[in-house]
Amino acid sequence: MLTCRHATRIMSEGMDRPLSLGERLQLRFHLAFCRGCRAFRRQTAFLRRASRAFIRLSDDDTP
Amino acid sequence: MTDTPQAELISSFRPQMLKFARLQLQDDAAAEDVVQEAMESALRGVDRFGGRSALKTWLFTIVRHKVIDALRERGRSVQVSSLERDEADMDEAFEALFRENGHWSPAGRPRAWGDPEEALAQRQFWQVFETCLEVLPARTARVFMMREFLGLETDEICTTLQLSISNCNVILHRARAGLRQCLSTGWFAGEGAPC
Repeated sequence: MLTCRHATRIMSEGMDRPLSLGERLQLRFHLAFCRGCRAFRRQTAFLRRASRAFIRLSDDDTP
Repeated sequence: MTDTPQAELISSFRPQMLKFARLQLQDDAAAEDVVQEAMESALRGVDRFGGRSALKTWLFTIVRHKVIDALRERGRSVQVSSLERDEADMDEAFEALFRENGHWSPAGRPRAWGDPEEALAQRQFWQVFETCLEVLPARTARVFMMREFLGLETDEICTTLQLSISNCNVILHRARAGLRQCLSTGWFAGEGAPC
């Protein structure tokens, strides 16, 4: 069983490289039972969207 | 340096960057070198930037990283540590979210953020976002921005900064976990329902 600490590493690496089948299965199983890690995954995905939105901000949008 | 609008924008930050580098390095020639190198590094991918705000954050991250490198070369570890929050401190803060068995502690467990998309439309959110990026250690921030601002692949980032791939992965994880935590307390605090 994956620990949450380890799951966060796999989720982070999953944003940078394709995960192996084993990693995907382990992660899917863990996420099915772990609300905290599901939130972690949603929130790190949001960081990526926010970063993309941030660099596109024009001077009119910013204070 | 070429004469595009982006290059001009980069040049417009030059006095501020020089001031910062001089203050930290106490050496005008070294400060000039650092800023010149930073401006050249920043030219790459600069067309992705829409305005001054993100570009400034990106530029100053590179300058900060280069200043720290220059200080390290001189063996000035005291000044380095006062300049930035240590990567080890971040790892410690992350570890504190877990119980000994590696699962989230009740207080450390990430909570739902409500409607984060709504935050993207709010000016104050971007100020918090910028601050969270600025308090990251320079190298951590730079690797994160190369990945998420410029969209570079990790192997390219590792090659450019002469890091191993596993080191790159550790740094990206540290950056994401740190930023997530910073936005949680800085913006989304108290929003989520307890789980």
